[in-house]
Amino acid sequence: MNDLALRALDTARTLGATYADVRIVHRTTQFIRTRNGAPEAIEADESEGFGVRVVVDGAWGFASSHRLTPEEVDEVVGLAVRIAKASALVHKRPVRLGPPVTSRGTYQTPVERDPFTVPLEEKVALLLQADEEMRRVKGITIATANMVCIREHKVFANSEGALTEQTIYEVGGGIEATAIAEGEVQRRSYPNAFARHQVTGGYEHVLAWDLPGHAAAIAEEAVELLSAPVCPTGTFDVIIGPTQLALQVHESCGHPIELDRVFGTEAAYAGTSFLTPDKLYTFRYGSEAVNIVADATVPLGLGTFGWDDEGVPAQRVDIVKEGLFVGYLTSRETAQQLHELNPQAPPTSNGTMRADGWNRIPLIRMTNINLLPGEWDFEDLLADTENGLYLEMNRSWSIDDKRLNFQFGVEVCREIKGGKLGQLYKNANYTGITPQFWNSCDAVCNERYWNVWGTPNCGKGQPSQLAHVGHGAAPARFRKVQVFGTPAGR
Amino acid sequence: MYGSQALREAAEWVLARSPADETEVVLLGTDSQLTRFANNEIHQNVAERNVEVRIRTVLDKRVGVAAANALHPEALERALQQALDLTRQQPPIPDWPGLPSPEGEPSTVRGFSEETAATTPEDRARQVARVCRPAEEAGVIASGALETATQELAVANSHGVFRYYPATYADFVTVVMSDTGSGYAAGAHRDFSALDVEQLGQEAITKALRSRNPVDIEPGVYDVVLEEYAMSDILWFIGSLGFGARPFVEGQSFVSGRLGERVLGENITLVDDGLDEHALPLPFDFEGVPRQRLTLVERGVAKSVVWDTYWAAKVEGQKSTGHALPAPNPWGPLPLHMHLEAGTTPKAELVRQVERGLWVTRFHYTRTVHPLRVIVTGMTRDGTFLIENGEIVGPVKNLRFTQSYVESLNQVVALSAERRLLRGYAGATLVPAAVIRGFTFTSRTTF
Repeated sequence: MNDLALRALDTARTLGATYADVRIVHRTTQFIRTRNGAPEAIEADESEGFGVRVVVDGAWGFASSHRLTPEEVDEVVGLAVRIAKASALVHKRPVRLGPPVTSRGTYQTPVERDPFTVPLEEKVALLLQADEEMRRVKGITIATANMVCIREHKVFANSEGALTEQTIYEVGGGIEATAIAEGEVQRRSYPNAFARHQVTGGYEHVLAWDLPGHAAAIAEEAVELLSAPVCPTGTFDVIIGPTQLALQVHESCGHPIELDRVFGTEAAYAGTSFLTPDKLYTFRYGSEAVNIVADATVPLGLGTFGWDDEGVPAQRVDIVKEGLFVGYLTSRETAQQLHELNPQAPPTSNGTMRADGWNRIPLIRMTNINLLPGEWDFEDLLADTENGLYLEMNRSWSIDDKRLNFQFGVEVCREIKGGKLGQLYKNANYTGITPQFWNSCDAVCNERYWNVWGTPNCGKGQPSQLAHVGHGAAPARFRKVQVFGTPAGR
Repeated sequence: MYGSQALREAAEWVLARSPADETEVVLLGTDSQLTRFANNEIHQNVAERNVEVRIRTVLDKRVGVAAANALHPEALERALQQALDLTRQQPPIPDWPGLPSPEGEPSTVRGFSEETAATTPEDRARQVARVCRPAEEAGVIASGALETATQELAVANSHGVFRYYPATYADFVTVVMSDTGSGYAAGAHRDFSALDVEQLGQEAITKALRSRNPVDIEPGVYDVVLEEYAMSDILWFIGSLGFGARPFVEGQSFVSGRLGERVLGENITLVDDGLDEHALPLPFDFEGVPRQRLTLVERGVAKSVVWDTYWAAKVEGQKSTGHALPAPNPWGPLPLHMHLEAGTTPKAELVRQVERGLWVTRFHYTRTVHPLRVIVTGMTRDGTFLIENGEIVGPVKNLRFTQSYVESLNQVVALSAERRLLRGYAGATLVPAAVIRGFTFTSRTTF
């Protein structure tokens, strides 16, 4: 395999590329889903191929193929070079990548139990057990459970001397109980929204989630939601639970700090960002309770790896420090551009370029964007909240193309009265403007309540790519948030 | 391209060696190239060659699927064994209806363009230049993507089904930004030469210039003119939440138990037509069943939903309508070729029917808030304007809406005579612009 990679680089140089890199990727996926006591989907996918990225005449070209033969490598490199020359026809600024990247080594996700060695029967039985527990609850119409296991083997080499080999393991899964009555559909999920938590690691983590042990509780809550009152409308102090806050971080911090968005290169699809370069080191993104890092080294994170897809080592960098905006997610090329605008910004990438497989180019993607834990015990935070709402587990999410106006719907909304959780409400939504919202944060719970949550469906790019990213979060309190309930009924 | 013969040979290789009760092979060949531009220059330019082989095997009502992306015998053998292993290790699906038999022949429709298949990187770069250069001259910033692709779909099964269909498409989208505003345009066609990229670019540039210096406007209930781009979003949610067999059977659709009743306005006629040669057709589904042209809504009355083999078997007398997605999937069958019948009003005159309201170019980041009522939230984007006394008076800042799309399709007072073809997931939408009363905007943003 390394021979094919080196052949691609040699061919690219011969054809005039001033820079080239190649990735050979083999991804294996196993997916299982059960529904109402029977398997609904049992699937195994394999995808293998290579992609070659070149700079010719100062412009980028990329081509990829599923045929791993020397002849195809030659042809695809030739196509990439031709594409780069076509790019140069409508190109203004030559690509500049900064200092060379010469990483070498191997990396593998630590796993105690390789998920691909676990018999399928064992996995299906676990899901069906959880499914049965949900369906024991009267009023449950649909019970689903799912599990995913992924192994990705990747060789990266570039014309500057980098050669890395990585094997990343992921496991994911969850359960969802749905109750349906006239005019109303209510769902409850575990451990994360849409019945999917996911981590880098082995099968031991699936077992640790104890899906059957949580099935009855969520099913009962789904049924209870059908007859629960609609969430009141108004301005409330809210405590946001960890999985919902993870998505809040994703949408309102993770995306606007992507420097390619900031520079307009995602404008036609995902949009741009309100965090323009003039705000770096000066903008008060949140309150002093808000500390956010991008950390590709944290255990279990879906954005944890050895090197990114430009060969840059995984690292942890500050994004928001005591509320001040201090960092972007960067690539080799965008770090150079930012350094030109603001010499205080580092000229080198912080290692966030990731591609969704062999047939896609790397883009700036979130690694693990983590809201760092604060000092509060959850019980103390509740006790300190006289009147408010507890909001948890996403069911709807939307944000504008500069990442300012957001609106989230949640599965669970509970009244907080006199420092205690009370009445359950349904169809709760909250909305706000990103910096106002984060500046209203006055408390974050401590590491006892902190976890790295997986988001395996982050869309970006044309052609579209799905990234697997992580977000560390603990419950946190926000003051005076606009909340409203969606009326029930058909 | 692989061609019909090569894909048939691969399918027959698998079928001949499979010991399963039933076996299905779905092959999807792709040769696509996409030129992406931003800041008035090409910044990403990519190509992909791939083939996906999906093998579904059935033993005693146990079903497993394995996929690979190569056609050589070792890869096919590995995928077949993988599918069989998965199949043997799991419990049966009690209501498994079997794979479809080769009943009927798909319609003969043309979806392939030699010219599109032969498009070069230089061809795409020249077209992109016809957007970037005028944008530069106008002092605005163009971004977008121009894609050309060839796709081959083949479906075979052990009951004798074999279908093959090659198709092409050219797809263009652009966002043009001024210092304070933006515009958008998009279009698709099977023939690269029929896609007027330059004109679409001009449309977005003009709108970007017109939308400069937007003013704040209070959220609230407004009458709206929704351009085709916004209307296509409404069709997607109405189709996926309402007219698939799965939500229909499970009581999660607004038409569950209501076929034959009026569910939308009397001026709404909605068909799913995967056989229209002008609209990126696909004459059979991913089970090889010939696709039917279905009237979903006729003058507001719900007439039918779309079916695949599995969901059709749950209803006595129902047969697949040829709308299966690749198995397995969590959605069931979906309408992928939604066509909304045009009205009679020229698009340029729609605005006259609004005394005070908003002109909306497109929606952004739309998500379901309430599935049964098809309440959706999202933002306006790339050209939102205030209308007063039947005329556009100026740009406004973007707003968030939270609105039932079902209610909106009961409040349509005019549809444009023109329709636009927009590419969607594995299909395309043919859609007019519309005037809709009482659209609810719930909050605002800062631009």
